[in-house]
Amino acid sequence: MNAELLSILCAALAVGIGSIGPALAEGRAVAAAMDAIARQPEEAGALTRTLFVGLAMIETMAIYCLVIALLLLYANPYTG
Amino acid sequence: MEGPLAPDVLFHLGPVPVQRQVVTTWGIMAALSALGPLALGRAGTRWPLLRIAVEFLMEFERRQFEPVLREHTDRHLPLLGTLFLFIATANLLAVVPGLEPPTSHVETPAALALVVFAAVQVEGLRARGRHRLRDFLRPNVLFLPIHLLSELSRTFSLAVRLFGNVASHELVVGVLVSLAGLLVPVPFLLLAVLIGLVQAYIFTMLATVFLAAAVRGEDDAVQAPSGETG
Repeated sequence: MNAELLSILCAALAVGIGSIGPALAEGRAVAAAMDAIARQPEEAGALTRTLFVGLAMIETMAIYCLVIALLLLYANPYTG
Repeated sequence: MEGPLAPDVLFHLGPVPVQRQVVTTWGIMAALSALGPLALGRAGTRWPLLRIAVEFLMEFERRQFEPVLREHTDRHLPLLGTLFLFIATANLLAVVPGLEPPTSHVETPAALALVVFAAVQVEGLRARGRHRLRDFLRPNVLFLPIHLLSELSRTFSLAVRLFGNVASHELVVGVLVSLAGLLVPVPFLLLAVLIGLVQAYIFTMLATVFLAAAVRGEDDAVQAPSGETG
């Protein structure tokens, strides 16, 4: 298996496996926020804002994987 | 193959290559600079709606920053507000045909994150001087490398977060166009509006929290940007 094929495979694996964790985490975060809004609808504004910032932080993990995949596909130093 | 990491050179200005997103950035800068005098200058009475829109935006930004920055809001509102305006405008270019958001290449988010990094260090030193430096030694000297690393890595993640979100969405739309044809990506372009605004908000909010932590001390600045504005 040459380096090019390997890097394509690894890019797919990086995004695929790397998005499992953030997906679960975002699901939990949204579920908790829904729960909180259902209990205190008057706090919905503040909760939504905090939720968005939190989701962005969680999403960063998936974005890192995406950047690794992009590096492998477009700027790989090992495939000429 | 053209990727989001490859340089996209439009023309050369002497020995300096000028990339497409730099030209787009100049356009956004010109548009935003023209917006101020148009909306708030003497001509502001001619377009009252524009003036109201700009004032509403400023009020919104102030309401977001005030619970985090408290008494430092007035000093940092110009920088943070401009960051938000610029990133929001840049991200919204994703839905304009023929243009691409400058934030979808690494260079622009990296430059913005470096601006935030410099602002945090300079303003932290200016506001608290020695105490700011002592924060690096908390809880003891052994934590100095960790603090330095965290300053660098959060700047890096600030840049990569913005870049990754915008660039990945551009990629998704590109793949959809090549797979499904002309009109299928339209709902995804609507999603681009949402993603662009949310990312602009998050970049600005994180910059605000970092600034507040440097300027006000670590005690209570790092609370979530919720607070009393309901």
